[in-house]
Amino acid sequence: MDFDLADEQSLFKDAIDKLVQKEYGFEQRRRYAAEPEGWSRRVWSQLAEQGFLALPFDEAHGGLGYGPVELMLVNEALGRGLLLEPYLSTVVIAGGALRAGASDEQLALWVPQIAAGELLVSLAYLEKQSRYNLADVATRAELRDGEYRLSGTKIAVLHGDSADRLLVAARTAGARTDEEGISLFMVDADSAGLRRRGYRTQDGLRAADLILSDVAVPAANLVGRIGGGHALLQRASDYAIAALASEAVGCMQAALEMSVDYLKQRQQFGAPISRFQALQHHAADMLVEVEQARSMAMLAALVVDDVDEAERRKTLSAVKVQIGKSGRIVGQLAVQLHGGIGVTEEYAVGHYFKRLTMIESQFGDGEHHLTKIAAAGGFVSVTP
Amino acid sequence: MDLRFTDEENAFREEVRSFIRENLPKPVHAKMLEHRALSKDEVVSWQRILNARGWATPSWPAAWGGPGWTAVQRYIFLDELHQFPAPEPVSFNVSMIGPVIGTFGSDEQKARLLPRIANLDDWWCQGFSEPGAGSDLAALSTSAIRHGDHYVVNGTKMWQGMGHRADWMFTLVRTDPAAKKQAGISFLLIDMKSPGLSVQPIITIDGRHEVNSVFLDNVRVPVAQRVYLENKGWDVAKFLLGNERTGIARIGMSKYLIRRAKQIAAQVQDGDRTLAEDAGFRRRCAEIEVELKALEITQMRVLAAMGEHAEKPDPRSSILKIKGVELRQAASELLLRAAGPLALAAEGEYDPPNPEDAPADTEWGSTIAPVYFILRAASIYGGATEVQKNILAQAVLGLPK
Repeated sequence: MDFDLADEQSLFKDAIDKLVQKEYGFEQRRRYAAEPEGWSRRVWSQLAEQGFLALPFDEAHGGLGYGPVELMLVNEALGRGLLLEPYLSTVVIAGGALRAGASDEQLALWVPQIAAGELLVSLAYLEKQSRYNLADVATRAELRDGEYRLSGTKIAVLHGDSADRLLVAARTAGARTDEEGISLFMVDADSAGLRRRGYRTQDGLRAADLILSDVAVPAANLVGRIGGGHALLQRASDYAIAALASEAVGCMQAALEMSVDYLKQRQQFGAPISRFQALQHHAADMLVEVEQARSMAMLAALVVDDVDEAERRKTLSAVKVQIGKSGRIVGQLAVQLHGGIGVTEEYAVGHYFKRLTMIESQFGDGEHHLTKIAAAGGFVSVTP
Repeated sequence: MDLRFTDEENAFREEVRSFIRENLPKPVHAKMLEHRALSKDEVVSWQRILNARGWATPSWPAAWGGPGWTAVQRYIFLDELHQFPAPEPVSFNVSMIGPVIGTFGSDEQKARLLPRIANLDDWWCQGFSEPGAGSDLAALSTSAIRHGDHYVVNGTKMWQGMGHRADWMFTLVRTDPAAKKQAGISFLLIDMKSPGLSVQPIITIDGRHEVNSVFLDNVRVPVAQRVYLENKGWDVAKFLLGNERTGIARIGMSKYLIRRAKQIAAQVQDGDRTLAEDAGFRRRCAEIEVELKALEITQMRVLAAMGEHAEKPDPRSSILKIKGVELRQAASELLLRAAGPLALAAEGEYDPPNPEDAPADTEWGSTIAPVYFILRAASIYGGATEVQKNILAQAVLGLPK
């Protein structure tokens, strides 16, 4: 057991913390949100220059070959700064699916572009009926004249409006909720027959809904085995949960610190409100939740590449449950401790609350994952 | 960063587990499985079995005759005891007075007392709380007035766990009534057979007799039985209370409670299926198991930090106390829910078995509700949950006192 960071990891952490601190004050964030794409190309370039976009990809493909602990450190920093850039969508989620299933040739082609900040990819897997079932895919792909033709609708594609390419889950065989028969395709965003409707999300980020009408995709852009896309979606989901966990921890830690500072400054009844025990206990409850969530973010980094699939999935479900619960408590209490300004747009704390809230409904909420854990028998066996 | 146990630690866990399996007397295990009270002889004999193996004093360094374990080994040892479940070594001896004597005692006190403490030759109880001093311990008023080479002690102590079995009581008394609160307190060792000392049972809501009141009426205590300096007893008390917090989360206990709830659920019928098949019950289990998983890692993180700065108690261990208790209490509710109406009969109130009648085989249910009842005390003793929150708010977050 060793909870310390290796020297190199500490340097990594310092670098990303410094970047976020310098570039992502709350006012700066507001300006980035007003840019045409809803985030900052300049910050994205800096992330590329410092290697953060190349982080999890193999060196053989043009990446840096770092592991889940480094990714945890980066995502925690992104959470602290409430970054608007498409790190989660391009590097973590689409990147995760590509790492899990793309061929060496594909990776050698795409990874350098992603690493340079020149290629944005978003995974388009959700449909309006699918909720949290990764196997529920109605979008269809048919092979005609040596190329695939995709038709269907996708929703809530993270940063799908600015993505250069969309990694689309489409059914090449089977019934709507079969795990087998789903395939992933790399689709150019400017393909004929692809319509995108972009929108701002509740937490200030961007997403898009897609309508695909007979969109042509070259056969070379099939990612992974034909019909074997479900496993890639699951890997993408694993990486997403681990990343969301550390991002949420960054949000929670920032919300806690902000609340403690506010308690110390704010005067009411002739005294700083930090003296009031009821408020101190709220802050203590937040601390307990942040630490429980942090433990789970660490656990996620440990198990995300575990080869025992059942154990990995059950543990990541537990991570998501804890992150959701802690995030809800910390977010709500942070707003409560700030009083009236906590519910204003102009103050940062409410934005942490909103991001934490939206994290809960991505890649399965607490209820969804609890049901899965219960079905898997939980963590305490009936016989010792 | 690596959150896994090392091969050596896993091997150690195996060694502990098989030792418990082979050496815990079967009748004691049977009682522990059903949350029944143990007799004094049963506790003493188990402690001596552990002591013969060198394991009765998990937190003691080798210099005191302990095993000299790391924080992780101590955690593993306790976790295995809790999960089996087997009794812990008597904490008043091993986790409280032992380390006090080892740290503050004279050489003579160490040589004479430590082996007896380890072997449970003397059973110790704690004489800290008073009717007017609970969470505010420093408000204690039991007085000790010096007459030559003796103190004369007067006052009332409360909550003496197993005081009726104890041979000795370590206690906080006021030796300087003029000094302010924490100053003026001394730490005395009192023989429970002293003239003027009497013990009165307090029956707790689980119907059991574990705690007591101790009345001190002009009890003469030799000055040689004071530990550390006169009027500096608060330093000793602070050390004692902050000392052994390795197992404070009691994760193994929660696991055992959940396991038992699941076992009961697998047996009890709920209509035409067992309760174990009920989705709601399973989700409630999962909810507690998730938090417990997180707490296990939090525990490891605090242990890892302790390894580096072993001298200072980590205020973050308050997190372990708060969550650990919350989860044990939640697990006990689960257990109670699993037993349902079978938990109705009071412990020990069943009619003697009549060989004519077919027994319903539900007597096991009578020890379930008491577990839930008495666990309400866990968020009150050892620093109430609210006190732990004060510690977190003030010592960790820097909010004002």
